[in-house]
Amino acid sequence: MAADMINWSLLALEPPGWGGVLLAGLMNSIKIALGGYSLGLVLGTGGAFGKLYGGPVLRDLMEVYTTVVRAVPELVLILLLYYAGTDLLNRVSAALGYGSVDISGLAAGIFVIGVVQGAYSTEVLRGAILAVPAGQIEAARAFGMSPLMIMRRVTLPAMLPHALPGLSNLWLICTKDTALLAVVGFSELTLVTRQAAGTTKAYMLFFCAAGVLYLLLTLVSSLIIRVIEARARRGWAAR
Amino acid sequence: MKGERGASAPEARVTLPPEESTLDATALTSLPRGRALLEPHRIALMAVAAGIVFCAAWFMRWDWLPQYAGAIASGVGVTLLMLVSTSLLGFFFAVPIALVQVTGPWWLSLPAQGFCTVIRGTPLLLQLWLLYYGLGSLFPQFPEIRQSFLWPYLREAWPYGVAALTLSFAAYEGEVMRGAFAGVPRGELEAARAYGMSRWKLFWRIWLPRAVHRALPTLNGETVLQLKATPLVATITVIDVYAVISKIRQVTYLTYEPLLLLALIYLILTALLVAAFRYFEKRIPTRSA
Repeated sequence: MAADMINWSLLALEPPGWGGVLLAGLMNSIKIALGGYSLGLVLGTGGAFGKLYGGPVLRDLMEVYTTVVRAVPELVLILLLYYAGTDLLNRVSAALGYGSVDISGLAAGIFVIGVVQGAYSTEVLRGAILAVPAGQIEAARAFGMSPLMIMRRVTLPAMLPHALPGLSNLWLICTKDTALLAVVGFSELTLVTRQAAGTTKAYMLFFCAAGVLYLLLTLVSSLIIRVIEARARRGWAAR
Repeated sequence: MKGERGASAPEARVTLPPEESTLDATALTSLPRGRALLEPHRIALMAVAAGIVFCAAWFMRWDWLPQYAGAIASGVGVTLLMLVSTSLLGFFFAVPIALVQVTGPWWLSLPAQGFCTVIRGTPLLLQLWLLYYGLGSLFPQFPEIRQSFLWPYLREAWPYGVAALTLSFAAYEGEVMRGAFAGVPRGELEAARAYGMSRWKLFWRIWLPRAVHRALPTLNGETVLQLKATPLVATITVIDVYAVISKIRQVTYLTYEPLLLLALIYLILTALLVAAFRYFEKRIPTRSA
């Protein structure tokens, strides 16, 4: 009986089936995750250096940023940033005389996920930079390197192996956080799954299929992460 | 035989720290100290912050607040109820899940590991919708379920929210407790056995308390993350504080004010949670001052 209840043809890639729609949703999720994660890394690097080497005011502002993001649910932040971000952009463009602009869901999603991830990676990178022996950075300073060169040649490469476990966890969190954009109506995997399930009434089938896709994304990511970690730690003594 | 397995487990499995550092990065686990607030630049910053708060209070619309105060308070109650019930329930599931992974036979530890992987590898929103829409559409097809005493509850939304949040907490916390169980020094367990404690007594008096003690800081972070996950139940029509605020936004056509209030409410709840955990952590006597 159970075998008859499952209509596998619903998952076909061609239009009567919804497989293609699900895969397109997965691609959208991956795009947002990649974009948001990269933006988060840039913000996080700036945030970590600001927190460690910035002036007292900058440090406190960074602390407020990471505290708020870590204490308020992602869902609330996403709504706030989504409306505030699009609203602000519209007002700026109206003030410049361009009229209201249509902001693509993809850009808004990347911005929102990026700001949230930025706070998380600030904390991870800060911890990793602190794990670099102070003598190495002092030595670079003693050789007369500029702060930017120290960052590029010493701090960033030396802290990377320390940061990788945290950063890879953040990537996994990032891929799962993209699902929250379903609430603001961006057609990523979770939302298209709900639409497909609502249309066909095959709720179990589609939600399980989406779960498998997310799980595959996680497992493939874990494999790639393992390779990257092995490469980043090749200089470390075997433990 | 038993002792040998216990001996090999800790060295092989205590590779958790990076996980914990990420937890600290994603959940607030410590509060600022009051004494440092009196530095000159902080006083200036606080003046700026006070100015912003004053402007927000003066120029934004807050006249809806008294009308909805009761609804917001009951929403906060539902959120807290969700948080406390699912954390406690999830913890009860997490302990056996962790335990079978540390000492159990393979036919118990493998499913436990699989459970953790699946739950941790998929978004909570998807699990929630799978339970609510998926199971919710499946149950009415069985007359046995429709006639059972559970049916009035299964037609509501909150059991699915509680189930999804509990499963999620059990999976994440199971992973944490696994490391904590494995990390309890072997000598303490051997000492308990040498005193002639039975397995149950050893577990209740030594192994579990020591593991919980070790896991307490991590537990703090996981609970904050659980608080941050509770607004998701609003998507399946549970009326928590997030749902109340969404309703207010629809009725009053205000974009920012209710959301800012919501963010403030969650900030306060997180701070209270962290303070409560700090109080408990301080009550546990430790040798390292």
